Amino acid sequence: MNKRKLKESSGTDGECISQVQKMLRERLCHHRAMGKLFGIDQQYKHLLELLKQTTVCGESNSALIIGPRGSGKTALLNRVLKDLREMKQVKENLLEVHLNGLLQTNDKVALKEITRQLHLENVVGDKVFGSFAENLAFLLEALRKGNRTSSCPVLFVLDEFDLFVHHKNQTLLYNLFDISQSAQTPVTVIGLTCRQDILELLEKRVKSRFSHRRIYLMNSFAFKQYIRIFKEQLSLPAEFPDKAFAQKWNSNIQLLTEDKTVQDILQNLFHYSKDLRSLNFLLMLAVSNVTVRHPLITASDLQEASKQYRMDSKANIVHEFQKFIQRKAHCMYNFEKPVVMKAFEHLLQLELVKPIERPSVRSQREYLLMELLLDNNQIMDALQAYPNCPTDVKQWAASSLSWL
Amino acid sequence: MRVLHRPVRHGDRHRPSSARRQTHSPDFREERRQLPLPLPPSAIFFSGSVSLPVSFPDSNMAAPPSYLLPPSPPCARARRRGRDCRSKNCSFMCFCFSSGIMDTRQQSKIIYSWYGKPTNSDRKLRTLQYKGILIKSERSRKERCIQLGDFVLVEGENADQPFVAQLLDLYEDGAEQKHAVVQWFSHISEIPKNKQKLLKRRISSQEVFFDKVSGYDTDIAVETIIDSVLVIPLRLKDELPTRLKKEKIFCVKQSWDGKCFKALSPHTFSKLNEANRKEDGIPNSFNSFVPSDIISSAKKETKKAGSSATKTKNVEMEIESKHSASKSSLSKKRHSLRVANGIKNPTARKKLELNSPTRSPKSKLLEQEDIWALLDDDCDSQLLKPTAIKRKVKFTEVLSSPPKITCANDKLKSVFGTAEDQEVLSGTLRLSPYRKLEDSNEKVRSLNMEVDAIVLTGHKELGSQSPAVTPRSRRTCTQETSTRIAEQISLLNMLESKEEEDFLSSSDGSYSSSSEEEDSDVSCTPEKKTKPSRMFSTPKSSRKPSVHTPAKTPKKTPLPGTPRTPRNATPEIPRRSHAAQKPTSVLEEARLRLHVSAVPESLPCREEEFQDIYNFVESKLIDGTGGCMYISGVPGTGKTATVHEVIRCLQRATEDDDLPSFQFIEINGMKLTDPHQAYVQILELLTGQKVTATHAAVLLANLFCTPGPKRKTTVLVVDELDLLWTRKQNVMYNLFDWPTQKHSKLIILAIANTMDLPERIMMNRVSSRLGLTRMSFQPYTYKQLQQIISSRLNSVKAFEEDAIQLVSRKVAALSGDARRCLDICRRAAEICEFSSQKSTDEIVRMTHITQAIDEMFSSPYIQAIRNASLHEQIFFKAILAEFRRVGVEEATVQQVYRQHIALCRMEGMQSPTVSDILAICARLGACRLLLLESSSKYLHMRVRLNISQDDVMYALKDD
Repeated sequence: MNKRKLKESSGTDGECISQVQKMLRERLCHHRAMGKLFGIDQQYKHLLELLKQTTVCGESNSALIIGPRGSGKTALLNRVLKDLREMKQVKENLLEVHLNGLLQTNDKVALKEITRQLHLENVVGDKVFGSFAENLAFLLEALRKGNRTSSCPVLFVLDEFDLFVHHKNQTLLYNLFDISQSAQTPVTVIGLTCRQDILELLEKRVKSRFSHRRIYLMNSFAFKQYIRIFKEQLSLPAEFPDKAFAQKWNSNIQLLTEDKTVQDILQNLFHYSKDLRSLNFLLMLAVSNVTVRHPLITASDLQEASKQYRMDSKANIVHEFQKFIQRKAHCMYNFEKPVVMKAFEHLLQLELVKPIERPSVRSQREYLLMELLLDNNQIMDALQAYPNCPTDVKQWAASSLSWL
Repeated sequence: MRVLHRPVRHGDRHRPSSARRQTHSPDFREERRQLPLPLPPSAIFFSGSVSLPVSFPDSNMAAPPSYLLPPSPPCARARRRGRDCRSKNCSFMCFCFSSGIMDTRQQSKIIYSWYGKPTNSDRKLRTLQYKGILIKSERSRKERCIQLGDFVLVEGENADQPFVAQLLDLYEDGAEQKHAVVQWFSHISEIPKNKQKLLKRRISSQEVFFDKVSGYDTDIAVETIIDSVLVIPLRLKDELPTRLKKEKIFCVKQSWDGKCFKALSPHTFSKLNEANRKEDGIPNSFNSFVPSDIISSAKKETKKAGSSATKTKNVEMEIESKHSASKSSLSKKRHSLRVANGIKNPTARKKLELNSPTRSPKSKLLEQEDIWALLDDDCDSQLLKPTAIKRKVKFTEVLSSPPKITCANDKLKSVFGTAEDQEVLSGTLRLSPYRKLEDSNEKVRSLNMEVDAIVLTGHKELGSQSPAVTPRSRRTCTQETSTRIAEQISLLNMLESKEEEDFLSSSDGSYSSSSEEEDSDVSCTPEKKTKPSRMFSTPKSSRKPSVHTPAKTPKKTPLPGTPRTPRNATPEIPRRSHAAQKPTSVLEEARLRLHVSAVPESLPCREEEFQDIYNFVESKLIDGTGGCMYISGVPGTGKTATVHEVIRCLQRATEDDDLPSFQFIEINGMKLTDPHQAYVQILELLTGQKVTATHAAVLLANLFCTPGPKRKTTVLVVDELDLLWTRKQNVMYNLFDWPTQKHSKLIILAIANTMDLPERIMMNRVSSRLGLTRMSFQPYTYKQLQQIISSRLNSVKAFEEDAIQLVSRKVAALSGDARRCLDICRRAAEICEFSSQKSTDEIVRMTHITQAIDEMFSSPYIQAIRNASLHEQIFFKAILAEFRRVGVEEATVQQVYRQHIALCRMEGMQSPTVSDILAICARLGACRLLLLESSSKYLHMRVRLNISQDDVMYALKDD
């Protein structure tokens, strides 16, 4: 099969391949503005409507986008913002402030960043000076002066919203939500978080000021949709320069989706996690295998990728270092003490075993209580995968781990 | 004639013996500990030898209380004014407070003494009446006589606006306090905005109104009188003569009784006119007193002007003159100096430093060091460390020539009009004190007395010389006096600017203007370093560089400097480019009306609470007293809204003149970065000053604890009170203590969530001051919520009746939070709008409400579990199974893993690897469906559910 394809595609030039690579990689990794949204039309509409209300009518709002990691929260927001910016009434009518809980670790930094991004008048060059109190007073004053009809709406995007909750007194959140609930400059506060219990973390007066709009991204699609996403992610668009190649490629993808092995692989992945990021990762590995000599993705490519993707890291290590275990198992009779100790240290380094308590100076190393950081299954798997394993190790494993 | 001695930093001879003792008080020791350099006692007292018995009979005074706590009213008053020491205690307090807080004010002493013999005495009231008062400024040698009927400027709480008043009576009461009874005049800015419209004409800034408002206290302390002014009565149609336009002269055309303006009655008019005429008869009311011999000596010494020594002195003189300049430009400067604490005042420090070379050479070096130590210390110790500053003042006093002469000289210059003359003079004037520098204190004192005498004699001569003394008509008199004032002021300004230029050129660009330095209290770190250098680099003082220890301050100083927030930055959000869209449909209109921010026409369902708060504030307003009220209630029950509504109603009432006017300010604990910032915000809202927290606390304590004339009542709303909690609770303490002060006229409405906050977190002394006037807002019942929504929607027919009821019941059952209720309605309107794109006449029905409620209240967990991937669900099952097996709601990943594999085998699925399991575990942990330990423990990481097992079962069962 492989060979046949090779022959077929001998005519295609390397340029096409590189273009495909570029396009697909961008799509799979660089999921910024171009990322397509799958299965979250409703959320998209809701968010777009919400932001439109703010920008067009000057209505203040606050909302949280909640969903597990990789569920497309940022992609959704970016998409909405992109579409919003293209609208006529919104163009240059919206100030955006992007904050990230990992960067703005306290309110002081966050305030400075807000002031900077808003280009308020106390920004000197690119820096904001003045004390925390001054900045806060200044910002609040600035926002208080505005009103619904005349001031430019401000959009606050708080990425990793849950980290803002831990700021002292939740001052920033209180103030943002308070502004959104009072007749001041129209603002919309959008928080992005993966924590489902986020509302319980808000102080009650902050919570009361939050408008309780929550947009959930749940990855709530079935396997059929998953397959379709897979297909769409790999398909080439109609505007691809080389029409013939695109057609061939797309038909190949169509074949792949109907392939049993591919479906199995996808099903398996789907069972483990439904987020699209893992799918993209898998596809990325597969796409990377595409070369001039190997121009089309095959089922085996995917299989290989999924194997790579779902490799059990520890099992791998176990495999390589089985011999140390073997030595350790033999230590009672065969080996000298230094050798055993060396092997033991290796195990420690690889974190295959771990001392239960912190190693103290007093206790001798030989008598430390250790903890095995492996499951018996992993050892068994590793032993099976290791052909040259000495028989007595196998025996030991079989006898002492056999109860499984 | 009684003479009041105010404690003055410069007037060393008035230092009581107790002042020395005071330096050994605990406060002082504390001070010492904070000094950067250990000071030998001699260094502290090297100039303090001039201690003379004065009118401070009580020398066994207790140590002052903590500065932060508001002191008893007279002391605080002394602290503010820094010049009355009418009571025994006060004399002491004056020293410790005034020196710390506003030493600038005390650079000269102002003595208020009666003019003439008591005209009348009332045995019963034990009062003595006088017909005039002499205001004598010790340093500038200015003496003004203000008589009954004269017009005066009276210190107000705001720097820019001294009050104008006419003296009606002067008397001294049994406690030897000087009082004045005045007739107030209102400036246009004191009249409420809405009333200003009644005038229907433009009011010049010089126009005042004859004040007939009854509410103001007309009995003031004499010490608040700043200066005399002229007030000319004019007919309504008369214009103020153009040549007077620029002068410090007021005119009065109408009277103001708090409700309307009336033309002056002929009686008042003639009375005012009379008062003016009488004023002309007093020849010396504005004159400056310059000893004639000084003038003559000045002429002799002209040749010496070139010498370096004179130059040094010149600089000093200029600075001195600047000081007096700031004083003479009336209350604005007076106030600003008072506000800016002494350490910050660059001129004061410059003078200090410049003076130092005049010391005897032997001790020079040693003392330099001391000075520096002290200066450093001054830098560190701000207002709360008064002793250090006092010490500084002490030695400057002796080091420099008696300041009086310099000020006299200042006056001289104003008479002669040229700066050059003054320079020369300054040189000459300095000679006499130099000679006597080594003399004993007694001699210094006698010198001072001598100078006093000279000045006094000189005054008469000059008084007769001066051309403007006996004018023929009132007009010319006023004109001339005023021109002279203007001349003087402009001259001083010129000098000031010249001096600034000098320093600008000598130091670096960092020094923009001294006045700016003065009020920039906010960030003081760079200033601390720049100042000394500036002093060094003054080129005029040629001798200095050799004297100073150059190692101490390298010349580089003007730190690249943190450019502070641009002062003039206006906080503003850019305007929007497109106009906001008007609501097009009924639903949109409804949505806008339901937004929490929309201010409703009335506040339904809080009538009782509204009435209670209104009555409370109203009664306090009418009584002119202060008080606290504590308002509690869970979030979203309308506390702040009700209070705002009350304030709005009260403001409306004051506009209709049913109530005395008041000032409303509001702070919010959550909008402060630190509890102490509350002071800063309150002060800024009250007076517009921006100062540091500690300074603001002192100023506020002053404001509220001293009896100020014509003070309005202040209504202060403190939202989120619990955020103002500090360990010592001094912010809360102060807030609740001020209203209890007699003169504060402060009404505090404190708002917080918890009902038992005073008992729970406040100390007894704080909660006792808060008092028992409390009110708690109960959560809204469903009927109330229903009413709120209906009233907000008003006539807009967008909701079904049942739908509103459903929301209300639902929210009332949960929290009674009106905000939540409105949010749900708004969302429901949105959903409705969404679902019915075509038919526009849709109104919000039950289904929409249910959907919105579901959206807002549904637990996210169940949905999250249902939407989890298969293995994640199996993992949950495995956890449940493991929990059931062990009987403890906690398990390690390893245990769960085994269960998981078993489950997978049962279902005939491929079993996951450990890495997979750990990935699943981490994902669920990030969503907080599971609670995890830190992942370093790998398989032994313990897992717990963040939801109840039942919920998990319920979520998994349906599949």
